[in-house]
Amino acid sequence: MKFLVNPSKFNELADYIFKPVLILSILLFALGLLFSFYLSPDDYQQGSTVRIMYVHVPSAWLALLTYAIMTLYSIAALAFRIPFGFIFNTAVAPIGAVFTLICVISGSLWGKPMWGTWWVWDARLTSVAILFIIYLIIIFMNLSIENRNVREKVVAIFILVGSVNLPIVKFSVDWWNTLHQPATISKLSKPSIDPSMMTPLIIMTLAFISIGLSIAILRIKTEIISRKSNLG
Amino acid sequence: MSLRFQRLLLILLTLAIILSAVLLILYNTRENVSYFYTPSEIDKSNITINKIIRIGGFVENDSFNKISSSSFKFRITDEKKSIVVTFNGILPDLFREGQGAVIEGAFVDKNIFNATNVFAKHDENYMPASIKEDLKDTGYWNKKYK
Repeated sequence: MKFLVNPSKFNELADYIFKPVLILSILLFALGLLFSFYLSPDDYQQGSTVRIMYVHVPSAWLALLTYAIMTLYSIAALAFRIPFGFIFNTAVAPIGAVFTLICVISGSLWGKPMWGTWWVWDARLTSVAILFIIYLIIIFMNLSIENRNVREKVVAIFILVGSVNLPIVKFSVDWWNTLHQPATISKLSKPSIDPSMMTPLIIMTLAFISIGLSIAILRIKTEIISRKSNLG
Repeated sequence: MSLRFQRLLLILLTLAIILSAVLLILYNTRENVSYFYTPSEIDKSNITINKIIRIGGFVENDSFNKISSSSFKFRITDEKKSIVVTFNGILPDLFREGQGAVIEGAFVDKNIFNATNVFAKHDENYMPASIKEDLKDTGYWNKKYK
């Protein structure tokens, strides 16, 4: 597991798995889109609009997952002095921001026909908007502070403080009355989604994970190189 | 205790304190954080006329009346209490009796709520349309799913 904390070990592994992961993501996207558009049924209530879910839900999960991993790396970087954590955070923040943006845009395209509005300030939508702003602040801080030693610590601390938002995003639909419906899939109970609609959702989630992973590999490698050559 | 575990402890402690501070704030402002009130949460004796609020619940069965082509009257219920709502405008596609809805507007008197916006709320259940027909045919259709 050295590749999780050691830049040169990571580089070694990345060279092996980058191409397979990239090809896998293309295949999964092709299969996932085929399932989303042609091989899955209309919803009993929402009709064809339900297909937006196959983009909306995976991107939301990935936005949260990316931030959760950044939080773990921030703790590792600050407490255990693992520089790879700082490298990871710098490289991956824009990916999380894009996933959040995809989630917000697809969600508002879904909200207009179903709820009758593009956007409301309920707890779930607002907390996701805050997550997006947090991602933007992380990116801007990475770009704006000159001194690298100061910058990476400040950013890591900011990521830790921002991680408070994660449980709020997750549980907002349970804690407060929101226009957004509660979670369909949780670990504790049987999901209230039909297997024929679960299949494209899982395939699209795997596709999002693999595309996220392949972009992350590229960005982390770039970050390692620019640090080695003292550009960053 | 080694230095790294002191740092870890410090970080985790800080996170716990920040999290509890934020949750305390949110818990004590939950009335404002919540997007809507349910009909039972509204105190009938203490209604502020013409104050804009949102109420949410289900559109009561057999309560929907079309007054004119763009003017509607229905009741919103949470199966304990219900509120009479009037609305001028375009209803969302999902809006129907038995469906969840969030209504934005204000009480015009003690009993009538005049809506300015109507949002449909859908539940977390996803099911193919064909299965609905199967379930109806075999009599297993849960009446709560409209």
